[in-house]
Amino acid sequence: MLSRTPLTLKVGIVTFPGSLDDADASRAVARAGGTPIPLWHGDRDLRGVDAVILPGGFSYGDYLRCGAIARFAPVMAELIPAANAGLPVLGICNGFQVLCEAHLLPGALTRNTGLHFVNRDVRIRIENNRTGWTSGYAPGEVITVVLKSGVGAYAADQQTLADLDTSGLVVARYADGSPNGSAGDIAGIAGAAGNVVGLMPHPEHAIDPLTGPGTGGLKFFSSILTPAAAA
Amino acid sequence: MAGQVPPSRTLRDVAKIVVDVMLKPEIHDPQGEAIAGACHRLGFTEVVAVRQGKRFEVEIGEPGEAGPMTIRVAELAAELLANPIIEEFAIHGP
Repeated sequence: MLSRTPLTLKVGIVTFPGSLDDADASRAVARAGGTPIPLWHGDRDLRGVDAVILPGGFSYGDYLRCGAIARFAPVMAELIPAANAGLPVLGICNGFQVLCEAHLLPGALTRNTGLHFVNRDVRIRIENNRTGWTSGYAPGEVITVVLKSGVGAYAADQQTLADLDTSGLVVARYADGSPNGSAGDIAGIAGAAGNVVGLMPHPEHAIDPLTGPGTGGLKFFSSILTPAAAA
Repeated sequence: MAGQVPPSRTLRDVAKIVVDVMLKPEIHDPQGEAIAGACHRLGFTEVVAVRQGKRFEVEIGEPGEAGPMTIRVAELAAELLANPIIEEFAIHGP
């Protein structure tokens, strides 16, 4: 473990039926210098990875509720106890929904106010850089990432929202006001232990100026490769 | 167990239990609001508000050792059919 270099760190990316952004998440991990490892929803096997990303998409067609079926996939039976034991996990968009359904994160994602599917670049402010996924950001750093979701409004009871605030567990907020009705302009949160992070917009689409709005998202994937983050 | 065939079910063994799932009152329901807006455009101006929910019809076999059917369906609703963080459910027995 001590001799581990960033290049050998393995980041698993789960593919569910209906996942869309698993390839982009893999590309982002590779671009940051990690080794992406594909994980399959039907396998009860995390293949010895050091961290896991649940990518965006429409797992199981969003049947029942977004993430509600994926939460019971065989790979989740391995992931949930591993996350509770400290494995770093990042859920992006649909992955955030899966993490809430799995009760690895508090609250839930609900339908956007106004019903519109929001598909545009947004600026988010990193408010918590003490997670393994955000340690490379300066506190308050504003980055531009892609938001593309119809069920992206974060909701939780008042007590949970207050606890997130007082515990500093809000990872990111929309810098220009919530585009989807998200409570407290919340774009992402962390679990109490800090290793599990959910984010509604897509940092994996903002790692390359050729294909996205700049490179502001890349540090989500490089942060986790630092030894302290994945220790 | 090898060779053991489960007894075939007849219609009599199966009960239909209905689970209604609604967003909690404090959770914003933009779909219901859009439907209410359509009501007004259609001339149903007396409609004050609409909230949209889901109805599940669960067909379930004989109660096993786990408990009576309505209790099993309530467990199912709490674990899968509804998200207790944002939704509430009501069960209508056989």
